[in-house]
Amino acid sequence: MIKPLYGLMAEFDNPTALVAAARAAREKGYRKLDAYTPFPIEELTDALDLHHNKLPLIVLLGGIIGGICGYMLQYYVTVIYFPINIAGRPLHSWPSYIIITFETTILFAALSAVLGLLALCGLPMPYHPTFNVPRFVLASRNRFFLCIQSRDPLFDRARTVEFLETLEPREVSEVAP
Amino acid sequence: MANGPNVHLPKKDIAPGYTFGTVTDQIASVVLTRRTPIFWFVSFGAGLVLLMFFLLAVGLLFAKGVGIWGLRTPVMWGFAITNFVWWIGIGHAGTLISAILLLLNQQWRNSINRFAEAMTLFAVACAGMFPILHLGRPWLAYWLFPYPNTMGVQPNFRSPLVWDVFAVSTYATVSAMFWFVGLMPDLATLRDRTHNRFARFAYGIAAMGWRGSARHWSIYETASLLLAGLATPLVLSVHTVVSFDFTIAIVPGWHTTFLPPYFVAGAIYSGFAMVLALAIPLRKVYGLEGLITDRHLDNSAKVMLATGLIVAYAYILETFAAWYGGNAYEAAMVWHRMTGPYRVAYWSLISCNILAPQALWFKKVRSQPALLFISAIVVLVGMWLERYVIIVSSLAQDFLPSSWSIFQATRWDWLTYVGTIGLFLFLFFLFIRLLPMISIFEVRTLLPAAKVEEEES
Repeated sequence: MIKPLYGLMAEFDNPTALVAAARAAREKGYRKLDAYTPFPIEELTDALDLHHNKLPLIVLLGGIIGGICGYMLQYYVTVIYFPINIAGRPLHSWPSYIIITFETTILFAALSAVLGLLALCGLPMPYHPTFNVPRFVLASRNRFFLCIQSRDPLFDRARTVEFLETLEPREVSEVAP
Repeated sequence: MANGPNVHLPKKDIAPGYTFGTVTDQIASVVLTRRTPIFWFVSFGAGLVLLMFFLLAVGLLFAKGVGIWGLRTPVMWGFAITNFVWWIGIGHAGTLISAILLLLNQQWRNSINRFAEAMTLFAVACAGMFPILHLGRPWLAYWLFPYPNTMGVQPNFRSPLVWDVFAVSTYATVSAMFWFVGLMPDLATLRDRTHNRFARFAYGIAAMGWRGSARHWSIYETASLLLAGLATPLVLSVHTVVSFDFTIAIVPGWHTTFLPPYFVAGAIYSGFAMVLALAIPLRKVYGLEGLITDRHLDNSAKVMLATGLIVAYAYILETFAAWYGGNAYEAAMVWHRMTGPYRVAYWSLISCNILAPQALWFKKVRSQPALLFISAIVVLVGMWLERYVIIVSSLAQDFLPSSWSIFQATRWDWLTYVGTIGLFLFLFFLFIRLLPMISIFEVRTLLPAAKVEEEES
């Protein structure tokens, strides 16, 4: 049995060609596409309409939780668990809690930024169909790839190849699943 | 949008003539293919030898206790805390370059941020060693953290020393994560470039399957901006909290409000000195003058000059405040520093930190890598002396003349200090050998070809 393709991939020389191709594919109606580039390209984010992600919200929540945990930890320890009179200060001496609260806020926010990044990207993912394309190793060097996935409703092996060829790529390859 | 001729020519962050391919190959070849230069073996070997001295000194310390150092009442902080403050200050430049300059959109940072961040990590590792070794029973260092224990005791959250534990460990963790996130795309490049099966496997695991998807890049860019935004207040806070170790106490010479900004400026000062001291030999040996250009050296020297002037201002203010404040102990402290047993150290630090760097006003000096290297070393020595004078001279002669005593560093003090320089060199050159020392993907964005040309529609 032949497994269905993951998609079709076109290879470009420069970012301008790739962004133009991505726009053309969006205009044609393709939605399940992704591009692969050796560095972030802002215009591509526009072209593929990828501007919204949940990461800022995750980081905000992480920071808030971190701040609350840091403060509550100090409150619990100094007021409830291990109350100790130091120079007659009140047990709940909040000004001295500020620094550790700040540090835990940053720590939790940064942890959620990194873990959130990995989670939203679905990483770590050691295997991905795109790695089956031999020339794809150049995606981390100097080539720019556009991939139209087979789960796109408009995807048709012959017609999509034909469409990609009109974008004047260096090469169009099939991506094995 | 019309693409007019030379609408905006960017300033030269890297030399002309590079392409995506050559940039990638040049930086990756340091790790992957090129033969390791003698310079690497010499530096790594020197680091390894000094690291052995460190292990010897620490082994003896574990066996005999902190008495092997020159710590005697009243100077109980001595070299250990001097080295701690010095090392952690050096780390600051890396975070400044990677976070603050990213937010300020200073693109010249792209080719020096990676190794500066590595420098941060290793400097913090060296720094963190000292307070732990200084504990007396270093194997109980985990007592510093609040955890449920059978003794029923907890750290005192009103103490700046406990704040320091949180500040430094958060700083180390966040720096390491920021560094790793920056490395991911470059690890993927190494994975794709190497011909060695083991290396491909190792870099592949570390790269976490990064494939440069546009979807990922957009989240990635958000993540780096957010991390930079978080690291910026963090880096300014770390040395502030370190300075609280001093300012919260009432020792003359420590108990002042200007210490936090002064410490932060001094940290960035010594950090950029270390960046220059590392960048100048590295770019020479590995032929990276096209990527770490004279502009980078020039800018770093200017940052050094600016922060050096802030530090100079702080010295002047310190003296002025001691006179104008009318506190007899403060005035005596300044007088002791200038004329007392530590006067040699004091005047050396003034020469190293204030007088010598004035040469950086001249473009001729800033464009001479050899001179810059020398001035960076001078600043590093000066900043070490500064921390030494602040800590030791204040403790040696405080309120009661009957309790005064002069600090004498022992050979184990010196070996431990020099040993951490060894640890730093060892880790740093290991990094140079195994990971790309310049951020490949960020340098690619600097190339003219990286700009998307908009067609007029």
